[in-house]
Amino acid sequence: MRVGVVTFPGSLDDRDAQRAVRLAGAEPVALWHGDHDLQGVDAIVLPGGFSYGDYLRAGAIAARSPIMTEVVDAAGKGVPVLGICNGFQMLAEARLIPGAHTRNAHQQFIRRDQVLRVENAGTDWTSGFTEGQEITIPLKNADGRFVADAETVARIEGEGQVAFRYVGVNPNGSVDDIAGVSNARGNVVGLMPHPEHATEPGFGPDTPAAMASGVDGLTFFTSVIERALAK
Amino acid sequence: MPTVVVEVMPKAELLDPQGKAVAGALSRLGRDRFTDVRIGKRFEVTVEGEVTDEVLAELRELGEELFSNAVIEDVVQVSVLDATPAR
Repeated sequence: MRVGVVTFPGSLDDRDAQRAVRLAGAEPVALWHGDHDLQGVDAIVLPGGFSYGDYLRAGAIAARSPIMTEVVDAAGKGVPVLGICNGFQMLAEARLIPGAHTRNAHQQFIRRDQVLRVENAGTDWTSGFTEGQEITIPLKNADGRFVADAETVARIEGEGQVAFRYVGVNPNGSVDDIAGVSNARGNVVGLMPHPEHATEPGFGPDTPAAMASGVDGLTFFTSVIERALAK
Repeated sequence: MPTVVVEVMPKAELLDPQGKAVAGALSRLGRDRFTDVRIGKRFEVTVEGEVTDEVLAELRELGEELFSNAVIEDVVQVSVLDATPAR
């Protein structure tokens, strides 16, 4: 199983995503925004950061980079794609998922260990969770407020495309506390919080058991591997 | 060379946190007659050659496809700033 991680100018968490892929048991493959080559990977991660300085809109220019033509094409064929934070914004800008992102309602950058509820455990990236399970992974963003018109929100709520919801605190003013969404097919998932930062004991969020021991994010990557092996 | 201005605004029904922050500053300055502020974007695009209806239509399309995101923004104006050709 080979999982590609695309590096854009301004990507910050591409190496962490590669590390998470390795910890989950797959081989990470570095992909480059300026290429048209996905190197035959079985799944793709669009990592967090501030691609192209987030000029124009967060993720807007990255969504129109050469590699994204291939990512959109692969997603259409069912290849699993995970967009984390800036990658989530790219998925929205590329119209692979519904909605868009604006500045956080409170105007501030925010970083916190965020509790999420898994709303759909049927996607390629969430199948290792159970529906309703609460997980904790780090969140850090400025433009994290997910918005969509009322009709779109009603549709994605009705069709199970809301993958994750914020629990306790809505950190950015996202509509319906939505933290992550998927496409209709369930192979493309985007979310604002960072699962790749909760994959290794000692470097994750605090848990009641021990400091920095949270590894809830690892399940994203093991899910996609198990899905691929089952096919 | 002529310049075309494309103006983009956040959708009216959407919270504009930046505008809200500026409106808050106005209120703190005692400028109470100004009750609301919304902040948009202005793109000045230099065009090679004449600005024809076709060029304006192309910029309208680019305004809707690239300069703005239709989920959160509207293109409110596409207009010629300076049609005087350079020397």
